[in-house]
Amino acid sequence: MIEIDALTKIYGETRAVDAVSMTVETSSITAIVGTSGSGKTTLLRMVNRLVEPSSGEVRINGERTADMAPYKLRRRIGYAIQGHGLFPHHSVGRNIGAVPRLLGWSKKDIRARVDELLELFGMEPDAFRDRFPHELSGGQQQRVGVARALASRPDLMLMDEPFGALDPIIRARAQEDLRRIQRQLGSTIMLVTHDMDEAIRLGDRVAVMDGGKLVQYAPPEEIVSRPASDFVAEMVGDNERPIRLLALIPVADAMEEGNAEGPAVAATASLRDALAMGLWSARDALPVERDGEVVGRVTMDAIRARAERPE
Amino acid sequence: MKRAAGSVSPTGLLFAAIGGAGLALPFVTFRENRIVLGEGVAAWAAVPPGAAAFCIAAILGGLIIGLATDRPWPRFGGSLVGLAGLLALLSASAEALLADALDLARVAPGAGVWMLLLALTLLMADALSALKPGPSARAAILVVLLGALAAVLASGLLADISTMQEYRARAASFRAETIRHLWLAFGSLGAAALIGFPLGILCHRRASLRAATLPTLSLLQTIPSLAMFGIMIPILGWVGATVPGARSLGIAGIGFAPAFVALLLYSLLPVVSNTVAGLDAVPRAAQEAARGMGMTVAQRLRTVELPLALPVMLAGIRIVLVQNIGLAVIAGLIGGGGYGTFVFQGLNQTATDLILLGALPTVLLAIVAGVVMDILVDATRKIPEESA
Repeated sequence: MIEIDALTKIYGETRAVDAVSMTVETSSITAIVGTSGSGKTTLLRMVNRLVEPSSGEVRINGERTADMAPYKLRRRIGYAIQGHGLFPHHSVGRNIGAVPRLLGWSKKDIRARVDELLELFGMEPDAFRDRFPHELSGGQQQRVGVARALASRPDLMLMDEPFGALDPIIRARAQEDLRRIQRQLGSTIMLVTHDMDEAIRLGDRVAVMDGGKLVQYAPPEEIVSRPASDFVAEMVGDNERPIRLLALIPVADAMEEGNAEGPAVAATASLRDALAMGLWSARDALPVERDGEVVGRVTMDAIRARAERPE
Repeated sequence: MKRAAGSVSPTGLLFAAIGGAGLALPFVTFRENRIVLGEGVAAWAAVPPGAAAFCIAAILGGLIIGLATDRPWPRFGGSLVGLAGLLALLSASAEALLADALDLARVAPGAGVWMLLLALTLLMADALSALKPGPSARAAILVVLLGALAAVLASGLLADISTMQEYRARAASFRAETIRHLWLAFGSLGAAALIGFPLGILCHRRASLRAATLPTLSLLQTIPSLAMFGIMIPILGWVGATVPGARSLGIAGIGFAPAFVALLLYSLLPVVSNTVAGLDAVPRAAQEAARGMGMTVAQRLRTVELPLALPVMLAGIRIVLVQNIGLAVIAGLIGGGGYGTFVFQGLNQTATDLILLGALPTVLLAIVAGVVMDILVDATRKIPEESA
């Protein structure tokens, strides 16, 4: 558990981060979203003390970060940044093994961990271990950057616009990969983004920052359906709210007994996917399948009911 | 680059033009003794016609190969054939001219020899650069060429040439001055690296230090070399006279110390500015990542910043080395020793051969140092430039 307590950073006259308090649960993703200048990156960088707080404190599993030497603290916290920041003169294997090497792991352990992570990110270890960053595609470089941040099994991983440099299709894949790997490893992640879509898609909780202040900190459904201020509502976007809401609800939640014609939609898909399928094939109801068997149906009326403004 | 048959290589045309002019100019100079003005002798005049024709044919053949093809290997071969012809003709001319002359007579290479040498070595360099050899291949080529040069000098083929006669008269002092010259050039470079690398690293970190240091070093660089050596004389003379123990270390107004210090001052700007530039060019994201993953300042410097900056830093060392080998000649003027000793003695005696005895090894040393440093820079560049 990460506790952020009245954390503040003052540059001259400006309060870049103004008394932000929040708690990040273990094994969850917290997405910090805001416009540029909102203080989101400064907040993130105060957690691993790349920026020293003016006041307030951070506790990781109860330990005050202010009591640790900054470089030792940072070795316990994974850090992935926009543009990956790989060392261009080191092989992929050496890049991923950088923090374990700092921590004094044995060569054998480092090698095993590197191969494990490459497998996890869908990169054949024998093919990629000895390549250099400039020999990889943008998406592969980004995956190696995230793998490097995870290498020492850190208590916490900080990600600053990790997908910012990727084109939209690769970006969506990278987001799915991150979600899958986070579930698999149970990692705790704090992620900064300017993109509300990304925040809603990835975050177990979303923190919206504006002018250095934390304006709302809530699960994504709540951010979309009950924005705490006009600013949050604007970030979510009026026209997209119903669609965003549907994207957060699995089909299984709106399923009912019965049958329907045509191709089935997966129970784990979102209601947005089901809506798209229904609209495209002009059907009023879709069969729902789980593990290849039809288990019920979802109607367009039920989907519409879920997209209405909550009471 | 392929062209239709019958067309000529543009570079080959240039080399052939230089070579053709060389053949038309006086080939060697014959003098009654080492200081009188000599008379030019044409390439075909001194040697029996058959031998002359053979040698000139080899030279022309080499140049024509360079003209006729763009393929590097034949051109390289052509340059070797041409150089062999040039060497044979020079050796034979000197021997023939001295055979019925008095003991004091001298034969020196004339404008023709130098022009032909220029044309043929340009052809060789052009062919070699077209082969795009890797660092280790370049090192091998350098060793072979230097070995060939040493073999030619040892063979006695050029023993009758005037500069070699000057050398024989001064073999012991030539060796001593060579060592002196190397000490001046490499010693001042080593001291510059010892001071310049840490200073460069500090300048990279502190903008205020950089703002003060780089303009000061640039200013030093603009002082003309003769003036710089002159300035050192009173300063080090004063140090030698007043600081206890300085004189016993050999610090005095003239001699090795002022030359060394002057070279050191010239060396600092390239070393410091290239260190700063190299460190500046390290990708920001990589530095940020290194800090974020918990590397200490020393670890960042050792594993990320210096390795990535090394090629640019070595490029600075290359500039300094070549520059110092040339500048060290001026040390001869203030009693600092080195090849400059021969150059200035030769100037005083109007003995061109003696000047060349100082100048030619300096040029050769500078070229070899430049090539070796280029090889090192390439060997340390582990990643292609565009991704660095």
